[in-house]
Amino acid sequence: MSQPFPASPQVPVLALGDILLVTLQGELHDGMAEQLQQDLTHRIAASSVTGVVIDISGVEIVDSFLGRVLAEIASTAGLLAARTVLAGMRPAVAITLVELGLTLPGLVTALDVDRAMELLSPREA
Amino acid sequence: MDVPEQAAAGSAPQRVSGFFERRREQIAQRWADAPLFRSVFTVSRDEAVEACKAVVDALSDVTATGRIEDIGAPGFATVRRQLGGMAATRARTGCTSAQIADEVAALRGPAVELLREEFPDPSTADAHESVLALTLVMSTLRLVVMETALTEGADLIERQRQQLLEVATPVIKLWEGTVAVPLIGTLDSARSQVVMESLLEAIVDQRARYAILDITGVPTVDSLVAQHLMKTVAAARLMGAECIVSGIRPAIAQTIVQLGIDLGTVVTRASLADALAYALGRQGIEVSRADAGASAR
Repeated sequence: MSQPFPASPQVPVLALGDILLVTLQGELHDGMAEQLQQDLTHRIAASSVTGVVIDISGVEIVDSFLGRVLAEIASTAGLLAARTVLAGMRPAVAITLVELGLTLPGLVTALDVDRAMELLSPREA
Repeated sequence: MDVPEQAAAGSAPQRVSGFFERRREQIAQRWADAPLFRSVFTVSRDEAVEACKAVVDALSDVTATGRIEDIGAPGFATVRRQLGGMAATRARTGCTSAQIADEVAALRGPAVELLREEFPDPSTADAHESVLALTLVMSTLRLVVMETALTEGADLIERQRQQLLEVATPVIKLWEGTVAVPLIGTLDSARSQVVMESLLEAIVDQRARYAILDITGVPTVDSLVAQHLMKTVAAARLMGAECIVSGIRPAIAQTIVQLGIDLGTVVTRASLADALAYALGRQGIEVSRADAGASAR
């Protein structure tokens, strides 16, 4: 497979028990986003993951592409029986997404990672 | 005093400019008795005379530069504020714009009279030209007064609009993790933007799970207002908070249904109290009377 961004570092994916935590920071270009989507799908399929938390508190710009990738990650994870929570969106990002008409209807959201973990805890489920 | 000779020198506007300079005192004295100045400077006549002199000086400047038909002439800049203030004072006493314009026009009469006195034979071409120039510059003055008054009005409206934006959108913390925005007045794009921004900031600051948009004070809900509401709800949801729209009066509920607006994805409640009860219930908080235990005792 040809790698369009050979120098691009991978987004780190942390496993906390049966939850995967992904922290996105700064600018995430399209190659990295696609790479992340593949990585996550493989990780979820390989281990018994019940939840995925994507922390985007460090992201200043979410464009339509990243919005779509996030929605796709959530649906893919759903197919593999894992719930996805998008955590820590900034107010400015939320306003931009709404103005773009991207309300990400299928995604569960939380104020921060703490709340997201709460949502995914067995008690809440 | 060989006034005619002096007056004959130069072009008509320059002659009129010279006339304004020479007869400054006399014109000011006459204008001070005109309704416009008399009604604005009610306290002292001297003040009125001073104001008249400032206007005469400005007119003299403008005519000297020959831009007698240009309301943007630099000469007018010095008296613009004063003229605007005078027009505003007259407007406050109930004068219409037309009446103010008439009062400014009334200043022309005395000035033309004085100018005619400068010419021994008022039928000469010079005299005609000078009167014409004077008339033109006086009409320009009238325009300047109206323009200044209008600009001041527009400034005032803009200031008040800003104040409305600031005042009308407080975000209130109702409970731990619950914030509310009481919306008052018509929601337009600018206001809904401010509401959205302050609500999202509050959600972050208060770590709120529930946000209540209370529209009791919104007079009408049309498809545009509904769209603004939906946007705010969607943005709050992206931040991880659930939005509840409350204060939907029966008439508004009917309008929403008749317009075919789909608020299906939004949690709605009739009153702010109901919305708060819903938010508390969802957080597992129960509110009960303190004397419920006492009566059992």
